[in-house]
Amino acid sequence: MSDELPQCEVSPPTGSSESSPAPSRRGFIATSTVLGGAVVAGGVIGGPSLLGPEEASAADALPSSRVSLTVNGTRRTVTVDNRTSLLDLLREHFGLTGSKKGCNAGACGACTVLVDGRRVNSCLTLAVRLEGVEVTTIEGLADGDQLHPLQQAFIDEDAFQCGYCTPGQILSGVGCIQEGHTGSPEEIREWMSGNICRCGCYVKIVRAVHSTAGRK
Amino acid sequence: MHPFTYTRVSDTGEAVNAGHRGGRYIAGGTTLVDLMRETVEHPESLVDISGLPLREVTVTERGGLRIGALVTMAEAAAHPKVRTLYPVISEALELSASAQLRNMATVGGNIMQRTRCTYFRDVTAACNKREPGSGCAALHGFNRSHAILGTSESCVATHPSDAAVAFAALEAQVHLLGPGGGRRIPFADFLLRPGNTPDREQALRRGELITAVEIPALPRPLKSGYLKVRDRQSYEFALTSAAVALHLRGGLIREAKVAVGGVGTVPWKLPAVEQHLLGERPSESLWEAAAAKATAGTRPLEHNRFKVELLRRTVERQLRIVGGTK
Repeated sequence: MSDELPQCEVSPPTGSSESSPAPSRRGFIATSTVLGGAVVAGGVIGGPSLLGPEEASAADALPSSRVSLTVNGTRRTVTVDNRTSLLDLLREHFGLTGSKKGCNAGACGACTVLVDGRRVNSCLTLAVRLEGVEVTTIEGLADGDQLHPLQQAFIDEDAFQCGYCTPGQILSGVGCIQEGHTGSPEEIREWMSGNICRCGCYVKIVRAVHSTAGRK
Repeated sequence: MHPFTYTRVSDTGEAVNAGHRGGRYIAGGTTLVDLMRETVEHPESLVDISGLPLREVTVTERGGLRIGALVTMAEAAAHPKVRTLYPVISEALELSASAQLRNMATVGGNIMQRTRCTYFRDVTAACNKREPGSGCAALHGFNRSHAILGTSESCVATHPSDAAVAFAALEAQVHLLGPGGGRRIPFADFLLRPGNTPDREQALRRGELITAVEIPALPRPLKSGYLKVRDRQSYEFALTSAAVALHLRGGLIREAKVAVGGVGTVPWKLPAVEQHLLGERPSESLWEAAAAKATAGTRPLEHNRFKVELLRRTVERQLRIVGGTK
């Protein structure tokens, strides 16, 4: 696969870049939605993300920019609508759906990724501003089949229930450990407060971060 | 979000020209992108200033500290000079937002951030700040978090920044660069009270860019700190807060700087409290008597009456934390 992506003028619903031979859940949903839309002849099931040719060309006219960045070690060049967030670039253009969209307002931390090694909210980061940066998402944390120590610690400590906030928690935890704010459970709680867990797994999340920091 | 054009600039002159032509500066973007998504803000053109050389913290010839506008909140808080000389700034920054947001947001952007008033952020509500002349839904609405100082019939929204409270207390100066050159203005003159024009929040001229915030030299040793009281322990805006800096010599308070947050339409300096402290010896009764002067002129609304007493207690407690007793 080429490093250079075909330019994505609009958000393709099924990650155009990460083409995988195995059927994916997202791919299945998108495909069955298209079929369903055909059956009900233009019903509402088609959804707003599946743009027809006319809509796609209208989107072409919107202010857009070309940007090159490295995601999990792979150099990418795309043209995006200027309004595209890093989170939407990852999820909708690159098919990297590990980073989650919770509040889309910088209040929940589910979208946390590393940009040039620092943890940030990808929902509040405009993709066009990321020329030359390196992004690390949950998909890029493991070394082949070898999980990152914090990923393993989340499993060992049973630090999640529904799992929706987990990728953001783990990336934020990696940042927290690198920053050295892991001296005590209280310090970890304060420096991890940008990541909300509705299931309330905080005790085990703190334990996972603490034990991983202790091993370093 | 409304469509916008995007330009990246690499020197300050280029930035100011773009700003003068109507471009909107974006640095960390943590407030602006959020408000653009809510369509509270809809700039036609964004000028990305993150590549400008405004990222240094330097000791000034006058013995103060100059913090470049693009230094992130995280970098400023952790800077050894800031932490040792003005802990009140480090504490105010680290009690703000989250670690992720502090990695993105800048010092210049922090003092430009806009109110968290829910009516301002709700485009269906009346708000003179967002839409001049439309009214103020907060005045007789749910106003528990709103201001009790510096309000007007037009607007009762608080300024949300913690760092700005520390800057106000320390009498910082804001360095600006505009099409006509540079200038420096006192922090107290930079943020504007709402009056009849709550949409005008800063004393900025067209195209002007914040280049730095300068903390003046103060007598040393200077003890300082920031106390923030809120509905949850972390990652929340202040109900009340207090920035206090004290210099003692011969057992007497020779310099006192006090400002409060969460209560004013702008960070609120308390000269009457400062005056009461000067020349006095730290004591429990001094903290109590000085803090009693903190609430002069407060005008509570229907749901925020509690802030008056909370403010008094916040100031008293922070005077004790910084000044100790005996």
